[in-house]
Amino acid sequence: MPMQPEEIEDLIRETFPDAEITITDLAGDGNHYAAEVIDASFAGQNRVQQQRAVYAALKGKMDGPAGDLHALALTTKAPD
Amino acid sequence: MTMSDPIADAKTQIDETIKANSVVLYMKGTKSMPQCGFSSRVAGVLNYMGVEFQDVNVLADDAVRQGIKEFSDWPTIPQLYVQGEFVGGCDIITEMTLTGELDKLFEDSGVSFDKDAADKIREANA
Repeated sequence: MPMQPEEIEDLIRETFPDAEITITDLAGDGNHYAAEVIDASFAGQNRVQQQRAVYAALKGKMDGPAGDLHALALTTKAPD
Repeated sequence: MTMSDPIADAKTQIDETIKANSVVLYMKGTKSMPQCGFSSRVAGVLNYMGVEFQDVNVLADDAVRQGIKEFSDWPTIPQLYVQGEFVGGCDIITEMTLTGELDKLFEDSGVSFDKDAADKIREANA
């Protein structure tokens, strides 16, 4: 089931209330998105730790053949 | 009570595989015939850089497909392992290729690769 960009942002926002979040629909099909998340909590974490936290925020939406999101290209970083 | 748990068995098998091979890519399809664009991109980078790696096709085994996600606490495929350590998925490997961090990881890990080819990827994406 396709997801709206707002749903993705809301889910991420629940875990990262103060983050700068940019969602881009890559293919226009509600199924291939890019998300950039910039959050102070990422300071000192490597990319795997940062992105694991974002995936956790998405609560299984990425998961498995039944996952709602086939493709979410993630970019994560701490604020400059 | 002893019951066979396919996911647990798969995780044991994953642990053995990533320890027995310097570079392992869990992917959809094989390195010669990837079946997903993200897997294809990472396999393509490794192939182009001349890195010898073991490919594991998660589409061939549902227990491995689920087990690898639990093993690394990472929900997506592909997943790259170097010297037994999870390095990242497609986005992270792409970023590390372009910044040169992947070169450094291979150098530090004693994995041979073609530095000129890596530079060519960066030039093409500059």
